[in-house]
Amino acid sequence: MQQVVFGIVAALIVFAAVRLVTTRNLVHGALYLLGVLAGVAILFLLFLAEFVAWVQVLVYIGAVVVLLLFGLMLTRAPIGHMALDSQTRPLAAVVALATFGITSTIVWKAFKGQTIHFSKPDTVNTLGEAIFSRYVLPFEIVSVVLLAALVGAVVLARKEE
Amino acid sequence: MRAYAWLIPVFPLLSFFLIVFFGKRLPRKGHEIGILAIAASLLVSLGVFFQQIAHSEQTYERSVTWFRFGEGGRFVELGVHIDGLAAVMFVVVCTVSLLVQIYSTEYMRDDVRYTWYYACLSLFTGSMLNLVIANNLIQLLIGWEGVGLASYLLIGHWHEERANSNAAMKAFITTRIGDVGFMFGIFVLFWAAGSFNIAHITSVVAAGGVARGTLTWAAVLLFCGAIGKSAQVPLQVWLPDAMAGPTPVSALIHAATMVVAGVYLVARMYGVFNASPAALNEVAIIGAITMVMAAGLALVQDDIKKVLAYSTISQLAYMVAALGVGAYTASVFHIWTHAWFKALLFLGVGSVSHAVHSFSMSKMGGLRKQMPTTFKTYVIGSLALAGLFPLAGFWSKDDIIGGAYHAARAGSSVGWFVFLAALATAFLTAAYVARMIALTFYGKPKYDPEHVHPHESPKAMTGPLVFLAFMAIVSGFLGLPGKLNLFADWVRFGEVEHSFNLALAGVSTLLAVSGLYLGWTIFRMNKVRIDLARSPLAWFYTLLQRRYYFDDLYFNGIVHPISGPIARAAYWTNQKVLDAVINFAGAAAVSLGKGLYNGVDQPIIDGAVNGLATGAGAAGNGLKFWQTGNVQIYAAGLFVGIAVFVGVFLIRS
Amino acid sequence: MPVAPVLVLSSFLFSVGIYGVLARRNAVLVLMSIEVMLNAVNINLVVFNLLLRSISYIGQVFALFVITIAAAELGVGLAIVILIFRNRATVSIDEVSLMKW
Repeated sequence: MQQVVFGIVAALIVFAAVRLVTTRNLVHGALYLLGVLAGVAILFLLFLAEFVAWVQVLVYIGAVVVLLLFGLMLTRAPIGHMALDSQTRPLAAVVALATFGITSTIVWKAFKGQTIHFSKPDTVNTLGEAIFSRYVLPFEIVSVVLLAALVGAVVLARKEE
Repeated sequence: MRAYAWLIPVFPLLSFFLIVFFGKRLPRKGHEIGILAIAASLLVSLGVFFQQIAHSEQTYERSVTWFRFGEGGRFVELGVHIDGLAAVMFVVVCTVSLLVQIYSTEYMRDDVRYTWYYACLSLFTGSMLNLVIANNLIQLLIGWEGVGLASYLLIGHWHEERANSNAAMKAFITTRIGDVGFMFGIFVLFWAAGSFNIAHITSVVAAGGVARGTLTWAAVLLFCGAIGKSAQVPLQVWLPDAMAGPTPVSALIHAATMVVAGVYLVARMYGVFNASPAALNEVAIIGAITMVMAAGLALVQDDIKKVLAYSTISQLAYMVAALGVGAYTASVFHIWTHAWFKALLFLGVGSVSHAVHSFSMSKMGGLRKQMPTTFKTYVIGSLALAGLFPLAGFWSKDDIIGGAYHAARAGSSVGWFVFLAALATAFLTAAYVARMIALTFYGKPKYDPEHVHPHESPKAMTGPLVFLAFMAIVSGFLGLPGKLNLFADWVRFGEVEHSFNLALAGVSTLLAVSGLYLGWTIFRMNKVRIDLARSPLAWFYTLLQRRYYFDDLYFNGIVHPISGPIARAAYWTNQKVLDAVINFAGAAAVSLGKGLYNGVDQPIIDGAVNGLATGAGAAGNGLKFWQTGNVQIYAAGLFVGIAVFVGVFLIRS
Repeated sequence: MPVAPVLVLSSFLFSVGIYGVLARRNAVLVLMSIEVMLNAVNINLVVFNLLLRSISYIGQVFALFVITIAAAELGVGLAIVILIFRNRATVSIDEVSLMKW
């Protein structure tokens, strides 16, 4: 059952991702990104990571996409078609293909026979316990990073006097 | 006292160094040290002398080894050898040296190099005493060379005049030529007898350990040195010119002491000479020739010092010839007496020249009134030289004539030659002596009365004259004939010789008196002298004037070619050949350097360095295109690198 | 279900993200492609968490952190893009290549 769902969602994600990198319309690109993000969130749900899924929706789809759209707007992104690919296209294709080839080969070879068993999803409880007991240090550091990024973004984008 | 004999040469040599370093600061400018040193040596010499004559049979010898060389225990030593001959020589050298130094305090007053003069006198005396005291040929040679050096320095004392330094050079080089033979003689003896020690050599020779031919060679070579140093034919040319030096120097060196070094050498090595009749004959013949020749030259000189110089050559020839005919004691006795009266004559000449400021007899005359002491002592010295009874020269000269006669009667034809030469020379000696006195002290004054006011010399100069005159009178009494001959007890070779012959003494006195008379009459009457120039003997007169053309021969035959063509040839060789080699080497080095620079340094080394720099630049130029500024290119590079790393890890695992 | 296809999916997403980063001209699109890459990583993490559930929850925790960091990075990145736009009046990557030879 999960395999089927997975297959559909995977197809969706793949399609959206490919369209993201090939579209010539900037806003369409943002939309396709949204599709990718949504598909990933569904996958999270499938893989019993509910909290992460909803955080994905909240942060990524909610904030990041909006932020990106704001960015597009602020930088006067041309509405409509335009040539969006740089001269490095052949090189990029090669690199991407190489990366895909290597990583998928490794992964396939390593995890060939393994299966995952679905059971109860993880609760927020257990996740929270894990975060605040075992992984509290990374948590604090990440929050500091967030703070720094916040301050940095404000400083950077400030209008000069 | 004999144990202290080594001090005798040391005192003057020490004083040489002291005068050189401290002389100028002393109140009397250094002559205090000189006179003190020689007085000390004289005292020691007298002590040694009296000790030696008390034990006249013994010889005293001590030595220390100086250095070793070669294998087989060969060595060179420094030592003393005291016998009658050495003891007598000590007294002569020290006394005459002391008198000369006292005399010089007045004669050389205000001289430009007073201190150095006394230093050289001390050097000379020390070297001469070293020569006399030496027990081996090397030490004797050192003393020999030392006196040659001192003679050079003193002849050229007033070297501001070119003629003086030329004379010094002539003396040195002429004696040097003799020294070459002398050194070879030493080598031959060393090779034959295995040692430089004189006593050793003498004993080896006496035992017959050396072949006759070798001995003859050795003796002839040794005599070469004597010919040079004692101014015999053919190396006599330097002594007249050496009169350019100060007169006290002439008195000390060229009359009484240095020139007798040659005679002393033959006497010292008499063991070698005695074993080779051929060598003795050569010695006698050279002596005979020289004595007549020099006496003839003395007759025609205008310069009074040159008269005395030729006289010295002649008297030295007497001593040499005496040794040649075996009259050992007579020869040494003549050294003894000759030293006194010849020194007296030279110092007297100095006194005269101080008065008239000239040595030329044609500028003197009638001085006997103004200079009585000088005159009297000078006459005593001259008559001693002429050999008049009972002055010193009579006894020693007659010993020699007697010795020659004795040898002649024993069958030696050379002995006859020497005998006749000695008689002829006695005659000539008296003649030139009379001429000398006549021209100098008698007659009308020929000097310029405006500028020249002759007067007697100070005490420092006349004192030595008086003492020497005393010695000229009494020194002969040491050699009275027969049992009274003390000198023969002290100095002899082998048996005591009996050379004195009353009949011969009478003959020689007759010759002397007639010579005096002849000299007196001829040269008292000046006009006769002028006639001589035009008389049939004019060619002879010219021969004498030109000194038998010896000087011309040497100058044109040897000196001129060397200084002219040979020197030019040597210069040409130096410039064209030697310099060419050096210049070529230099040019080769330069071109090598240039070639290396242009061929190696510039292209290769500099090229390598520059090439590296250019290469770096070119690499940068080539690589700069990677800096596209395009971030995506950089990111692509990142990813490619990661992919490569992963791939490598994959393959390795 | 087998885990390999999931991982292949995530690697595919990653490669697509790489292509987008390297090939897109607009800076904002590049940022989007970066988000795609980060999401691929997240998928991986979550799947591994499933495999390692008995041991720890590190996968999900890490995925959370990745999301956080991605958000922060996006913020700063956009600030820079806006700054570039303000100075250069363009967000085309090609045209901001001043630091070249």
